[in-house]
Amino acid sequence: MNSTAASPAVDPVPAAAMAEQVLEVAGLNTRFDTPDGEVRAVNDVSFTVARGETVGVVGESGSGKSQVFLSVMGLLASNGNATGRVRFKGQDILGLPAAKLNRLRGSRMSMIFQDPMTSLNPFLTVARQLTEVLVLHKGMGERQALKRSIEMLDLVRIPEAARRIGMYPHEFSGGMRQRVMIAMALLCQPDLLIADEPTTALDVTVQAQILDLMQTLKREFNTSIVLITHDLGVIAGLADRVMVMYAGSVVEEGAVREIFYDPQHPYTVGLLHSMPRLAAGRKERLVSIPGQPPNLQRLPKGCPFRPRCSHAFAPCSETDPALRPTGPGRAKACHLDAMP
Amino acid sequence: MLSYTVRRLFSAIPTLFIIVTLAFFMIRLAPGGPFDLERPLPEQILQNLRAIYHLDEPLIVQYGLYLKSLLAGNLGPSFVYRDFTVAELIANGLPVSIQFGGTALLVALVLGSFLGSIAALRQNTRTDYTIMGGAMVGITIPNFVTAPLLSLLLGVYLGWLPAGGWGEGAIENKILPIVTLALPQLAIIARLTRGSMIEVLRSNHIRTARAKGLPERVVIFRHGLRAALPPVVSYLGPATAALLTGSVVIETIFGVPGVGRYFVQGALNRDYTLVMGTVVLIATFIVIFNLLVDLIYGFLDPKVRYD
Repeated sequence: MNSTAASPAVDPVPAAAMAEQVLEVAGLNTRFDTPDGEVRAVNDVSFTVARGETVGVVGESGSGKSQVFLSVMGLLASNGNATGRVRFKGQDILGLPAAKLNRLRGSRMSMIFQDPMTSLNPFLTVARQLTEVLVLHKGMGERQALKRSIEMLDLVRIPEAARRIGMYPHEFSGGMRQRVMIAMALLCQPDLLIADEPTTALDVTVQAQILDLMQTLKREFNTSIVLITHDLGVIAGLADRVMVMYAGSVVEEGAVREIFYDPQHPYTVGLLHSMPRLAAGRKERLVSIPGQPPNLQRLPKGCPFRPRCSHAFAPCSETDPALRPTGPGRAKACHLDAMP
Repeated sequence: MLSYTVRRLFSAIPTLFIIVTLAFFMIRLAPGGPFDLERPLPEQILQNLRAIYHLDEPLIVQYGLYLKSLLAGNLGPSFVYRDFTVAELIANGLPVSIQFGGTALLVALVLGSFLGSIAALRQNTRTDYTIMGGAMVGITIPNFVTAPLLSLLLGVYLGWLPAGGWGEGAIENKILPIVTLALPQLAIIARLTRGSMIEVLRSNHIRTARAKGLPERVVIFRHGLRAALPPVVSYLGPATAALLTGSVVIETIFGVPGVGRYFVQGALNRDYTLVMGTVVLIATFIVIFNLLVDLIYGFLDPKVRYD
């Protein structure tokens, strides 16, 4: 557990530790212009990711967790706009023109996506899709790039990589395609790997293999990893630190053990309760958080979680609680001092 | 691949047979015959003529005779241009028609996919609306309206181009007919490319390409256009059919000495063998082009396998 890896909302960190931050995000706001009005997808989000650290980002669908990192990568849809500050290894990157961002994307920071079935180009061979990254960022020749790509596929445990590399994505299974995506993302040994629900589209045994693989790669490359997921089990296995997001804001963060054993935000508590348990009786109903996430076009006054919160009291409908430190490396956005 | 091609060619035989049969009986249903002139021929001469061309025999026998000569590769003599066989007439017109239709197809394909891509990349801007507005006009106005309009405007009023005629294949004579013929297909291809490109640019694998840090040029040409092309290519089959039939009208309006004009004259003169010859020719072209398109599709889409 890395207690120096703290968010700006938490206790000030020693200056020496600051240099080790790979990603620093401060006051990030992401907005989408739609015909029905502005959608406030990300609201004043701040956090950091330290070298070698794995940060888990959890939240329901539509909580803005993917949009935070699409903003970081400069991959927002054309009607999206991000403001605030994003620093990658000390360099401001938010709003950089694509030409400049392209020197970092795929090289120093890379991203793997949720759906391996559609995230690879069906019209190009796997070899082409891998080597073009090395040719572009490392200036390798085709032959050298091919050799390196095969090594990478070996590393992510694709059997017969040398033969399979000439195939097209549809000749690979879902799990294999996600391995190809991971290999592609790691080709240039990036400082930061953003994994957006890397296992959601895969079946359970393949999920375990992919997570196992990421665990190994994390040790081998010392890459910082951001793991975006709604699956708390995935977080528990891989993350050092967890950020819980709701309605476009961070509502709680802390070390993974603390979040699991001592959740301090009612939403986190609700999320943990709604996990199915093997020990529970067969007849027991799966607990769910009542209600729906708020409409991001018209966020209600006060705390966005208030309508679904069983602990809401007077201040909750007045002011939106800011993320405040509650201990070393911990923070929450809730008016409650402690969970009752 | 080879066996697929051979199989496809064999399966075209029944199609062609049905087309020949339908065309044969349809043209015979039309009133009149090849020798009905304004001043009727003497009865004896008419009877001799009909006997020469077997027109005095029952229709079903004539049909059998036609099929037999067709299988031998003989399209028969023309009833009206009596010094020529149908094959000779077609050989006369075909090079002009192929050049004419081929150029129109090329223009429609290149310009259409180019304009469509531009519209997709500038989606919902003035450029997009202008191109798509133009395409809508191109699709809705039939070519027998555009032909005289363009001919009047550019040929007669402005005098920039010849209003008609082939002028032994001079460039300025070719422009108007080719533009008129290509326009509707160009418009359809532009719309297809735009739609397909917009969908592709929104797809996950394009996001992956951007996440890899590839320059926009590579994202669009290597990753985007490649994925956007298959729907356009599969339209080339119907497009060829439309160009072939469209050229019948355009060739007649502009006086292009191609096969299409023979088809119209043949139909008006009840020149049975000439009509049949052009029908067989056009049908064969359409069958072959559809096969070609399917084969090209196999090269473009790795998921398509022919075996």
